[in-house]
Amino acid sequence: MIRLEKVTKIYPDGTEAVRGVSFEVVKGELCVLLGPSGCGKTTTMKMINRLSPVTTGSIYVDGLDNSAMDENELRRNIGYAIQDVGLFPHMTVGENIGTVPALKGWTKAEQRKRTQELLELLRMKPHEYIDKYPRELSGGERQRVGVARALGGNPPVLLMDEPFGAIDPITRLELQNEFLKIQQEIKKTIILVTHDIYEAIKMGDKIALMKEGQLVQYAPPADLLFRPQDSFVAGFVGADRGVKGLQLIRVKEVMWNSPPTANPDEKTESARKRMEQQGLDWLAVIDREGKFTGWAFASDTQGADRVEEITKTSTVAVGRNAVLSEALSLMLTSGSDVLAVVDQRNRLEGVVTFTTIQDTMREAVQKGVSS
Amino acid sequence: MRHQAILCVLLTLLLGATFWVTGLGQVGIYSTFTYGDLLHSAWAHFKMVFIAVVIAAAMGVPLGVLVTRPGLSPLVLPVIGGASIGQTIPSLAVIAVMAPLLGFGLQSAIFALVIYGLLPILRNAYTSIKTIDPAVIEAAQGMGLTRMQIARKIELPLAKPVIMAGIRVSTVITVGTAELAVLVGGEGLGKITLTGVFAREPLIILQGAAPTAAMAITLGFFLECMEKWMTPRGLRIKRC
Repeated sequence: MIRLEKVTKIYPDGTEAVRGVSFEVVKGELCVLLGPSGCGKTTTMKMINRLSPVTTGSIYVDGLDNSAMDENELRRNIGYAIQDVGLFPHMTVGENIGTVPALKGWTKAEQRKRTQELLELLRMKPHEYIDKYPRELSGGERQRVGVARALGGNPPVLLMDEPFGAIDPITRLELQNEFLKIQQEIKKTIILVTHDIYEAIKMGDKIALMKEGQLVQYAPPADLLFRPQDSFVAGFVGADRGVKGLQLIRVKEVMWNSPPTANPDEKTESARKRMEQQGLDWLAVIDREGKFTGWAFASDTQGADRVEEITKTSTVAVGRNAVLSEALSLMLTSGSDVLAVVDQRNRLEGVVTFTTIQDTMREAVQKGVSS
Repeated sequence: MRHQAILCVLLTLLLGATFWVTGLGQVGIYSTFTYGDLLHSAWAHFKMVFIAVVIAAAMGVPLGVLVTRPGLSPLVLPVIGGASIGQTIPSLAVIAVMAPLLGFGLQSAIFALVIYGLLPILRNAYTSIKTIDPAVIEAAQGMGLTRMQIARKIELPLAKPVIMAGIRVSTVITVGTAELAVLVGGEGLGKITLTGVFAREPLIILQGAAPTAAMAITLGFFLECMEKWMTPRGLRIKRC
């Protein structure tokens, strides 16, 4: 979908900002351009929509050489969102989002429909926001509108320069998660620029790590973490790559799908026997509707008649789409080495244990080292 | 509201003073100017200011905007700097130097006023474009708006209020400076004021100066209203 071939950028003053960069982003994938500031990642991105002209080399968008196209026509088919958002302050949210559709000559009705769709997609109530002005919005809301505006003309390609940069950490996390969900739905080909390794690992299907204008490694996040190409990459991903790697794996990928359970009315004796058979010292306690209520531990079974009496009620649980770092964090704060995985109605779907997480990470690191 | 109340009081005082002196008919050995003289001079004064500001705006706005264009940045210093230096020369000197250059008459007076009124317009036109958030322009370019579309749909609406403010400041200054225009053959309320000066009669000075100030206040207020009216709704909202 997007292919860069030996792209070099030399500024008039002789600075070489980008040197011989080649890579390809597959349709529907999110590629993160990552690197320390001044590494040429933003310049690389801006050469794709020709905000910055290439010195030598070519860039192909959907098979077409971008230098052969009309630059404005090209840009109208590439969504563009930047850190400072740059919403037009004299236009309403609706007018901002409708900018590209208007340029493309859509009718007013089509523009309005698209605007409403996009506001809904970004979880903003259309009737509440469509006529507001940028100055009436909070930082997070502006970023959302910025992303919605970039999607305005329904472009197949999206360029984003630190789109979640200028907001507080909590809102940023929320927006990142939402954006990932949206991306699953819209499947755009995205290039996202960031200097934040966590964001890169979390968001990217592939990461292009750059240094001093050159592409150092282009690989999926897991490879970057566990198969760093050289000492620069290893240094950039950090000594805590194991911890960062926890962000790459979702609970559903490693959880125990049918963990041993008990219900409150069960005899303690039979529950204890089941634990012995499985070689465990716990059982997840669920009620008749399958809802998770707590844990029964082997050490408490002495002298109790029914499971209900020994159940340690617990509300700590994760969703199946949570990443392992979240699960681990919950284990550490709740002081338990087993965690329930529940659906939205609190029904038990599985269990993650501390040992599972340990094994998963050990495996990932070994795979990386051995290859 | 408070701002407007103060203006009202000031205006009443100034006009009251004018009517009072005119009503006296005679101060010392001099007779005061009549209502007819006053009206005639005020109209001439206004005309002169109007023509000068229109010319200054017609030159200053395009020039100020033009030097913000990427290719023309080397012109910023000579244009804005030159106008700034022009402003540091006392208005009396600018006007006095016009007579030998352009001869005695209205054209010299207006020419001097244009030069003197140019700077605020030029500078505001320049800053109005320069102070637009670069992210706004980058976003517009990135979305595929053409240069003309950016100028028309983004830059102009955002710059309008600041440009208007420049015209307002220039108008207010020019109303004052125009008092001196009479020295090089101009018309206007300066005639009355200067008569008072030469006659050493404060009340006659007041008879010319008070309506001039009243005119400056009125025009300033009127243009301020226009400025507000021209400000896009999204910019009237205070940042939260």
